Amino acid sequence: MLVTPHMAMREELEALADTFGRDRSALIPMLQAIQRKNGYVSDLAMQEAADILGIHPVEVHGVVSFYGFLGTEANGRFVIRMCQTVSCDMAGKDAVARQLENDLGIEFGETTKDGKFTLEWANCLGMCDQGPALLVNDKFYTKVTADQVADILDECRKAFGATALQAEKEWLV
Amino acid sequence: MIIDSSKGTLTYASQERGAGLAAALGMTPTALIEFVKESGLKGRGGAGFTTGLKWQFAAAAPAPSEAAATEAGTAKYVVCNADEGEPGTFKDRVILTDHADLVFEGMTIAGYAIGAKRGVVYLRGEYTYLVPKLKEMLRARRDEGLLGSNVMGKEGFGFDIEIRMGSGAYVCGEETALIESLEGHRGEPRNRPPFPVDTGLGGKATTVNNVETLAWVPLILSRGAEWWKSLGTERSSGLKLFSVSGDCAAPGVYEFPFGLTVADLLKAVGGGDAKAVQVGGASGTCVPAKDFGRRIAFEDLSTGGSVIVFGPQRDMLQVAKNFMEFFVEESCGQCTPCREGNEVLLEGIEMLEYGECSTSYLKELVKLGETMQIASKCGLGQSSPNAFLSIVENFRDELMGRTVAE
Ligand SMILES: Cc1cc2nc3c(=O)[nH]c(=O)nc-3n(C[C@H](O)[C@H](O)[C@H](O)COP(=O)(O)O)c2cc1C
Ligand code: SF4
Ligand code: FES
Repeated sequence: MLVTPHMAMREELEALADTFGRDRSALIPMLQAIQRKNGYVSDLAMQEAADILGIHPVEVHGVVSFYGFLGTEANGRFVIRMCQTVSCDMAGKDAVARQLENDLGIEFGETTKDGKFTLEWANCLGMCDQGPALLVNDKFYTKVTADQVADILDECRKAFGATALQAEKEWLV
Repeated sequence: MIIDSSKGTLTYASQERGAGLAAALGMTPTALIEFVKESGLKGRGGAGFTTGLKWQFAAAAPAPSEAAATEAGTAKYVVCNADEGEPGTFKDRVILTDHADLVFEGMTIAGYAIGAKRGVVYLRGEYTYLVPKLKEMLRARRDEGLLGSNVMGKEGFGFDIEIRMGSGAYVCGEETALIESLEGHRGEPRNRPPFPVDTGLGGKATTVNNVETLAWVPLILSRGAEWWKSLGTERSSGLKLFSVSGDCAAPGVYEFPFGLTVADLLKAVGGGDAKAVQVGGASGTCVPAKDFGRRIAFEDLSTGGSVIVFGPQRDMLQVAKNFMEFFVEESCGQCTPCREGNEVLLEGIEMLEYGECSTSYLKELVKLGETMQIASKCGLGQSSPNAFLSIVENFRDELMGRTVAE
């Protein structure tokens, strides 16, 4: 039988509902899981999630649009979040930011054409004593200097595949 | 790589696992709450509400009905606020890295005190890397009978803890927004009252406590309320962790009794030449050098522990601007004073930056800031003008008549 994207998404969300439950409080964990896997929450995902939890899709959209780590646009495989808050700013975030833009060929808020990297600003990441700080997916890089940027990006490219997906498995345990 | 931030041994390090819980279970819940009240422990998340009192309110809130409570197993909730988003704060991360066991134990003790069977840790999404280790620790506690049904063999007291993640919204650290988020909604703060101790998660009585508050509880139980009261000041008893960053020789997490002066703290962290210190994060106060004799305690400079040091070369207008950009982004947009006010203040800061702000307009901005402190719905908008106002008050000479740098 032909599996439509619709059915596949439904199945995925049903499985998540089995894990997190079927009342409204399960919504955000479900959306977080979808975001992790797909890099965004599609209209289809929002419709199906709404249907399973018995709420209006507009409600789901309202939730997705509220949270910085959820989004309706496809992210790159690696989301690089650079802290822009005061301690990292004083520690020299501007040079690192510039180098990230140069090496990736994109600006903050954009995704590389190959779909590998998204570059975003973030507010205080909780690493203020060791800034400038970067969060790449779930991994922190601290005391980052501009000349380390190329190595960090290389590390990501190599992690593409097995290790990058590791964290997602642990997530659902 | 993440650098180990603890400077010196934290008192936490010597606490024996299960000792605090055993002491708690040896008392009645009422006696336990009295004990926590007696210690004077106040919330370490910033607001400084008396922990024992918060627990007392939640304990007094009627359970929906005893039968329904046991059936659903969810009569009341203990929530651990691990959303740590205040700029300059990272001590909760360090506690969760090195002493998470104490946090879980504090939650279990709170559960016994208020009559809750379930605890939830609301962990900021940025700290996802901690999850596998935290889950492993929860499993170990279950295996050892420190969680689960009949905790430590105590008949009729069952308690378990789950971890839920934030999704990148600072305002969700506000306790009612946090509850909204746990319930699957946008993290928009609620009107208070009703307070969470009365109508919290799922409409049930809920205590929300900071990571550090909960971690201190087992220690106070083991060492006694007198020990805790012998440290700190009369109105701010005990020890506090400080997250120190900025222009100093040794940034990191420090433990001090409440009541030390800003100067004492600067000496310890190697920030002797500072021209100002931000105490309490973006929503705190910017203290100029002339006031470094002020004390860090709830009765003077109140703080959740964020200390950011500004060296002699720092441009205080840029500091104010960075904080205001933070609030413009993080305001939930629900109420006008905060939504519009922060933007107007930021524009004002930009006018100052370009040397285009008249003295009378600056006065208006100050008035607006004061109005926001009163008229905003939640702590975010009520405190977002603080840094700007204290910088205007203390560093006027740096702000006025600027010429645009080429
Ligand atoms: C905008 C805003 C953000 C907050 N963020 C946090 C936070 O990240 N962690 C925290 O413990 N408390 C935070 N609080 C304070 C909580 O609302 C609440 O007072 C606290 O968790 C109570 O715990 P405590 O009594 O143990 O301090 C925040 C408050 C506001 C207004
Ligand atoms: S003060 Fe700001 S964050 Fe708080 S409810 Fe109003 S708009 Fe939202
Ligand atoms: S200021 Fe950058 S991590 Fe806190």
